[in-house]
Amino acid sequence: MGTIEQRERRGEERAADLEELELELLLEAVFRRYGFDFRGYAPASLKRRLWRRVRAEGMETIAALQQRLLRDPLCMERLLLDLSINVTAMFRDPSFYLAFRSKVVPILRTYPFLRIWIAGCSTGEEVYSLAILLREEGLAERARIYATDINEAVLDRGRKGVFPLDRMKEYTENYLRAGGKSSFSEYYLAAYEGARFDPALVDNVVFARHNLVQDGSFNEFQVVLCRNVMIYFDRSLQQRVLDLLADSLATFGVLALGHKESIRFTEQEPGFEVLDADQKLYRKVK
Amino acid sequence: MELLVVGASWGGLHAVSSLLRQLPDDLDVPVVIAQHRSPDPRADVLLELLAGHTERRLSEPDDKEPLRPRTIYLAASDYHLLVERGSLALSLEGRIQYSRPSIDVLFESAADAYGPELVAIILTGANSDGAAGAAAVARAGGTVVVEDPASAERPEMPRAALAAVPDALVRPLEALGATLAELARGRSLA
Repeated sequence: MGTIEQRERRGEERAADLEELELELLLEAVFRRYGFDFRGYAPASLKRRLWRRVRAEGMETIAALQQRLLRDPLCMERLLLDLSINVTAMFRDPSFYLAFRSKVVPILRTYPFLRIWIAGCSTGEEVYSLAILLREEGLAERARIYATDINEAVLDRGRKGVFPLDRMKEYTENYLRAGGKSSFSEYYLAAYEGARFDPALVDNVVFARHNLVQDGSFNEFQVVLCRNVMIYFDRSLQQRVLDLLADSLATFGVLALGHKESIRFTEQEPGFEVLDADQKLYRKVK
Repeated sequence: MELLVVGASWGGLHAVSSLLRQLPDDLDVPVVIAQHRSPDPRADVLLELLAGHTERRLSEPDDKEPLRPRTIYLAASDYHLLVERGSLALSLEGRIQYSRPSIDVLFESAADAYGPELVAIILTGANSDGAAGAAAVARAGGTVVVEDPASAERPEMPRAALAAVPDALVRPLEALGATLAELARGRSLA
């Protein structure tokens, strides 16, 4: 019983429950069919992206998307792009790169050879930014960067190193505020398809597929950057991935997280000391 | 009412400050604000400016920060802020209607998580961000309040929200506190 409005509200609640159920089933189906595990992703953002894919495929329900996903690997690739492309910028958070120059670079100078892992590199903006910084600090020769992502298609874009021309003004400003020591335009050529970055910047970069959720540690690193990647994970998955990152760091290695991420209140907190609290730079101490 | 979300754009500093001063003392729910702001954090003193207008805890939340009573959360510049049940989450999806943070993203996620227990307020602004979000709030059974376009510093955003939710409550800025007090007591004002 109750008013029509109350009954409608109960109807809305049922619709929300149904959506939850369809979402769970789709994630289970994707995992069992393709092996990609999105079950530990934070629901709010995941739902937005799934619904965007539902509409882009001309469908009306998550269940309908699941049916197509099961039978059409190309549809899965499109969904994977939706879930792995994050719209970022070169030298995003210039103050982070400033702090990296002043607090991390002096540590790195003490090593004859460096391994750096950029986990969740998406289309490569951060890879090129860091490669430029290392070149300017005279560390490029001794550094090898492993840039990984879950998705082969975005790695390809990273390998190509072509970014939209209309963002170069913004990137130039970021670069200067990030402590850039040269002229940003020296690093790219304006070409028909966009700003093509100097391929020599990524001579020492290995772009490779790696799934933070399911794959293990693959080397020992002096620096791990994993910025704005774990924001898409729920608490327990964040904890697991932090374990993986900590295991992949050499003692006294540096962990860099995104501006609004933190290891405070995590199980890993006691294993790290803070290098820069604002810029989320941590150093592994045990 | 378990959560209050607020969207503001052009003219928002004045409007949000006024709203914070008017928050009724017996309103204990968390308040989450998406105010369009510069992506350049150097030029960004919004948090400090707002702190002068409230005694409540004011936070620019980190990812997965829990939602606490009597606390005001302001979306950080250049991230989307989303509501999960009991906590907040961030995302770097592309700008929506040129905006990050996007009011639509905040409202839609909050509607999903809090349904009928959500109150959403659209304040002044010169674009239509928040209209789709307000519609989502109404669809989920939540309450939408719109600053009266006639007295808003910029009427476009309130008007767009009203076009999307024609039966939203329309109030001048200075009456929002009284409206919230009634909603907090569980009164339906429709």
